[in-house]
Amino acid sequence: MGNRLRKTVRQIRRDAGLYIILAVPVAWYLIFKYVPMYGLQIAFKKFNPTLGIIGSPWAGTTYFKQFFNSYYFADILWNTVSLSVFTMLIGFPAPILLALLINEIKNTRFKKAVQNITYMPNFLSVVVIVSMLSLFSNRDYGLFNRITSVFGREAVDFMSKPGYFQPLYVFSNVWQYMGFNAIIYIAALAGVDAELYEAASIDGASRMQKILHISIPSIMDTILILFIMRIGSIMTVGFEKVYLMQNNVTISASEVISTFIYKNGIQKGQFSYSTAVGMFNSVINFVLLAGANFVSKKTAKTSLW
Amino acid sequence: MKRVFRSDFTFDIAVYLLAAVVLLIIAIPLLFVLAASFSDPDLVLRGKVLLIPKGLTLKAYTMVFENEDIWRGFVNSCFYTAAGTAISLVLTIMAAYPLSRPHLVGRRYIMLLIIFTMYFSGGMIPTFLLIQDLGIYNTVWALLLPAAVSTYNLIVAKTFFENSIPSELYESAKLDGGTSLQILLKIVLPLSKAILAVLTLYYAVAIWNAYFDALIYLRNSDLHPLQIVLRNILLLGQTEQMGTNDVGMAEKVKMAEAIKYSAIIVSSIPMLVIYPFVQKHFVKGVMIGAVKG
Repeated sequence: MGNRLRKTVRQIRRDAGLYIILAVPVAWYLIFKYVPMYGLQIAFKKFNPTLGIIGSPWAGTTYFKQFFNSYYFADILWNTVSLSVFTMLIGFPAPILLALLINEIKNTRFKKAVQNITYMPNFLSVVVIVSMLSLFSNRDYGLFNRITSVFGREAVDFMSKPGYFQPLYVFSNVWQYMGFNAIIYIAALAGVDAELYEAASIDGASRMQKILHISIPSIMDTILILFIMRIGSIMTVGFEKVYLMQNNVTISASEVISTFIYKNGIQKGQFSYSTAVGMFNSVINFVLLAGANFVSKKTAKTSLW
Repeated sequence: MKRVFRSDFTFDIAVYLLAAVVLLIIAIPLLFVLAASFSDPDLVLRGKVLLIPKGLTLKAYTMVFENEDIWRGFVNSCFYTAAGTAISLVLTIMAAYPLSRPHLVGRRYIMLLIIFTMYFSGGMIPTFLLIQDLGIYNTVWALLLPAAVSTYNLIVAKTFFENSIPSELYESAKLDGGTSLQILLKIVLPLSKAILAVLTLYYAVAIWNAYFDALIYLRNSDLHPLQIVLRNILLLGQTEQMGTNDVGMAEKVKMAEAIKYSAIIVSSIPMLVIYPFVQKHFVKGVMIGAVKG
């Protein structure tokens, strides 16, 4: 035992330089990631800035109850979850399908062109994307309305109709990220042994059969891992885009947990209350992630940890 | 045999058609904005412009460049992107390099501490209170520090160091009496150009495009990055001080609309320009990250 301890001490002393280097980013993590976690306790306190986090009196679960009992609780929860599930249902398979499609293109130059152009929108900012949506939705000269008018539809200001909020959000997300998110699958597909396809051809398999029985199974692990990670953020709807897209007319469909926290916390200064709402959100995310990971570990032997 | 060939041919046709449709859906909005930005605002507002500029003019661009807010935002964003990327790179490598050494005692626990933050966080309000307590609220540090390290990028870098630097190199450098820092600077980094390119691109794009931290941490509009200025102009319609005082209301409205397309192009250009140069690297980056997420 003494030997092992001595060996460990020797190793630590040998790597002293590495620990000194490592100390800086670790300090960053402690300050910028763990101190806020410690600050979560204000969800259970009646936070008063002059008394500080420690000095403020405890309030128990008052703020959680206040949120659960509020008249808007069901609406906000529904908006958050439905937007996220909708985004996932369309946004998760889209890059997989695109990768399979690109993988079938034989002409190398066309293949490259499709790849390079599809991941370009990934580099645009949320502000730019939402601005484009708003310009395109203009009733008189917006791109969307000019396209729908070809089909004889009446002009609509899509940005100010609650019913269009979710489709606009989801499909612009697919438009922006599909190409970039496909890269990982394209790379996985490129690594598939060519002999597998040749052997299948000799057995008389069609192109479609090869996709179903070779291509898809060979990227299944990648799909599963990304899927678990996606489940873990089901309650996380990107604040940035929703906040920019929402307006007073669409608030009934567009108020989600993160925008609610921003308005009540940052703008109105209800720190404890909005922290409680945020904590409720984080905990559910974490539970979903752990659950998805557990199921995947048991059934597919693939897991994050 | 002939039948197989025929069905193969139809399959190919279907593939190319579908790919062409995808390509158009992605490209048309981009081309439209580009065409509109170079067109006569009158024609844009009457819905005459589609994919080819009409009444070619640089009027809208001149207005963008004459706008002081946009200029200030552009300069600020250049600073935030340069300084922020540098800080992010240094911190990320300082974490990834030691953690990539297999014999480092306790590395599993430190990794756990880091990865946990990907799945759970204190959230918006506690972080906001921390920024105030640190005294960096409403200073440039509020944009440079809180978002400095991306755990995803850290894992990509760590995986790269683990797989691409042979451990014999470390051992021999160690025997020659090199310190950890010397080994990092003189041996590891020169061999890591690919990963440095990837990290630079990821961080630079993220910082250039961010607006959220500025929205909550910066009150002083002199410090605002370009994205906030853009939001004010594009989404909140703040174009009062456009230097168009002597023209009529209708003209004003028209120019306010016209400037939007060119502002989008101007703000996106820096990222789209560096993109072809680093493109082959970032595909590599995604692949490195995919080895172990």
